[in-house]
Amino acid sequence: MTEPTAIVEVRHASITFPGVKALDDVTFRLLPGEVHTLMGENGAGKSTLIKALTGVYQIDAGEIVVDGEPRHFTGTASAQAAGVSTVYQEVNLCTNLSIGENVMLGHEVRGWAGINWRKTHARAHEVLARMGLGDLDPHAPLASISLALQQLVAISRAMVTESKVLILDEPTSSLDANEVEVLFGVIRRLRDEGVAILFVSHFLDQVYAISDRITVLRNGRFVGEYLIEDLDRAQLISKMIGKDFESLRALGSNRQTELRDRSVPAVFAAESLGRKGAIDPTDVEVHAGEVVGFAGLLGSGRTELARLIAGADRSDTGTVRIRGKKVTLNSPVAGLSRGIAYSTENRREDGIVGDLSVRENIMLAVQARRGWFRRVPAREVDQLVRTYMERFSVRPNDPDRPIRLLSGGNQQKVLLGRWLATDPDLLLLDEPTRGIDVGAKADIQETVAELAEGGMGVVFISSELEEVVRLSERIVILKDHQKVGEVVNGPEVTAESIVSVIAAESGDQAELQADALADEVAAGEDLAEQEGSAS
Amino acid sequence: MSRVKTALHTPWFWAIVGIALLLLINTIKNPAYLAISVNPTTGMLTGNVLDILRVSAPIIMIALGMTFVIATEGIDLSVGSMMAVGGAVAMETLSALNAPTSVGAMFAAIGLALLLAIALGAVNGILVAVVGLQPFISTLIMMLAARGIARVITDGQNTNATNEPFRQLANGQILGLPTSFVFAIAIVVLIAVLMRRTALGLMIESIGINPRASRLAGIRPRPILIGVYVLSAALAAVGGLFSVSEVMTVSVSGTGNLMELDAILAVVIGGTSLAGGKFSIVGSTVGALLIATLNKTVLFLGIPAAATPAFKALVIIALVLLQSERVRSFAFRRTTSADTPSGPATPAAGESTPVTKEVVA
Repeated sequence: MTEPTAIVEVRHASITFPGVKALDDVTFRLLPGEVHTLMGENGAGKSTLIKALTGVYQIDAGEIVVDGEPRHFTGTASAQAAGVSTVYQEVNLCTNLSIGENVMLGHEVRGWAGINWRKTHARAHEVLARMGLGDLDPHAPLASISLALQQLVAISRAMVTESKVLILDEPTSSLDANEVEVLFGVIRRLRDEGVAILFVSHFLDQVYAISDRITVLRNGRFVGEYLIEDLDRAQLISKMIGKDFESLRALGSNRQTELRDRSVPAVFAAESLGRKGAIDPTDVEVHAGEVVGFAGLLGSGRTELARLIAGADRSDTGTVRIRGKKVTLNSPVAGLSRGIAYSTENRREDGIVGDLSVRENIMLAVQARRGWFRRVPAREVDQLVRTYMERFSVRPNDPDRPIRLLSGGNQQKVLLGRWLATDPDLLLLDEPTRGIDVGAKADIQETVAELAEGGMGVVFISSELEEVVRLSERIVILKDHQKVGEVVNGPEVTAESIVSVIAAESGDQAELQADALADEVAAGEDLAEQEGSAS
Repeated sequence: MSRVKTALHTPWFWAIVGIALLLLINTIKNPAYLAISVNPTTGMLTGNVLDILRVSAPIIMIALGMTFVIATEGIDLSVGSMMAVGGAVAMETLSALNAPTSVGAMFAAIGLALLLAIALGAVNGILVAVVGLQPFISTLIMMLAARGIARVITDGQNTNATNEPFRQLANGQILGLPTSFVFAIAIVVLIAVLMRRTALGLMIESIGINPRASRLAGIRPRPILIGVYVLSAALAAVGGLFSVSEVMTVSVSGTGNLMELDAILAVVIGGTSLAGGKFSIVGSTVGALLIATLNKTVLFLGIPAAATPAFKALVIIALVLLQSERVRSFAFRRTTSADTPSGPATPAAGESTPVTKEVVA
């Protein structure tokens, strides 16, 4: 079978930002009548590639070929003129305009006296009908329809210009299962009409349901292009995280598999804790001195679960017990006052207070707990600041420097200091090692182990499964906003075995696999326990 | 050198330069402008500078309250109307009590004015912090509502009253300085101590810089937000008291009219960013003094009433441009390259300084 010629081809493209090579010699092509999915973890270069294709960024090297002609996109308008349309994750529409106005925005039909609204709405109706949305009234306000329909309206809008290429950047992240089906129906219809579709999603099941072809990126580099039939889930994940199966297997855990004394109530225990659209009801337990890893891909619900545990978001379901006592965690204050500290994955938006000094950033949570009236005495502040700046060797060693001027790794260390200064019983670390250099990473990993040693309960979340496996005693596995398994770490548990649980087709199978894993592990544990009691 | 550089970087340094320039212009017009003399009948000091200090007192009050609201990334458009409310309550109380020499009547007037302002400020705060309305909208509503309340209180009349202790607020002197100015400075110091000796200032700044991170760090934004709007309203009422005590009459449409704009300008000139975050109490006070000097200068120079807003705008634009890092480094670079003959070291130094400033800023 000969392949049709590509509509869009990116050849050996590179984009360099100060200090980072965001794209490094990446090759990518889109064929007509195909859904081509772009996969990769955070920082793999997916969004950079999309921005290069839509003209937001310009490539430093390589070329972009559209319809056999090399193109140089100078902006989003020139990309659209070349027939490339994009629908982003958040619906970029005006909720105060009508559906028809949104569809036709910038492409209104003009008559002799300005815009001919009647014809404009008629054209909007045509375009909507092509998507199978013929029953939507183009005059109705956009705000009157559901988010899923709005997403479809956004796609209709992209198709007004008869685009040959449609880029869908995480279009399903806020849709439920039925809505996703409707969306996929439209995508298939467009595909069959010969539109080339670039699809990005973190939901593995959806990727396998809709894609014809997958390109994997990692750290800005091209890993490979595969037909969906040729790449099973486990292979895909190992390509994304950059370890082949053998090395994943070899990276066994070196954590001790001693289980905590279960007769003492857990530091934190939640039963069917959940929030609609974020994480399905989930049971979680963390004991004192234990590191619990949350493993899952981006968007699996790992951050959402951590936020519920910390009280950063309000839960709709479930009960929470702290040391056996039932509590309600409806705000970060409630979490902090009960000894739960949460270090967020989004350091810049949710972590640092940029214009405040390192000193003020460290003392902020302690001060907040004392209330505004009782200022933490200068001597105590100096003591805290010195302790944590020395412990994590924060550079530059200047507590009066605004924190925004520090490097990412040093900001992370300061934030870790902020949370440790509150002397928590449970510390939730969401991607504490993302985007920081190797030295800082090792420091933080070492700290986590030390803290657990000292009796703190720690929840550790990371995209790097090896890290999770290396540090955790138990691992909660999450996928598509659900807990799909929980394993006690042991010699048999490796990044690879976690991947196979995540990669399992549907929920049922995942549970089966998780159970099987747990059995295996339990057997190992028995052994370990026997050994322990013997010694 | 470095001290000079720090001064150049302090936004209110330029406000002081502005005040000095305005005084200089006035002195050129009339060499006796800065003179202070003793009024033979009352034995009190009189002079243009003392006048400026007296009219600055209400502006200092509203600018001070505005500082904290702006630091939380908000704005309080109702301070001008709140001045009218404070003035109206005081005048009505005094005229009802009809006790021309009673100190008790004065305290009653002040207390009632503050109570009502605090209640209205709490409404502002609740609309912003609990209901979640935008500060601009909430306080715009209050700006109209409070002016209306002032009218209702005085029944639409410009009420006047006689009470000597109250009149002394603006017309008396302490150590030769207008009483209202001395009180205003005392209040500024008191609030500054409250902000910096407790953690309140830090928390206000933290919320203004990054509300999400502050919330996750355990700061409760609501009480603090409500607090800053209550404080702003209370200080505006005090400003209103200073303002009406000057003439012992409240003008329901005139008292505090458009003064919210003066307050916002004073805060911005003082170096607090409208984007919220770090605030400068000294800066706002100096900014308020500048606005007062400017108002008096406009009168003194006899600038036609029609041209007054344009003149004020010119002075303020010049000042804001001077404060701008970018404008200054641009001007600085131009002059160095023009003035310095091609000595290799000097232009390099001249050029590198603005660059590092940009990085730090």
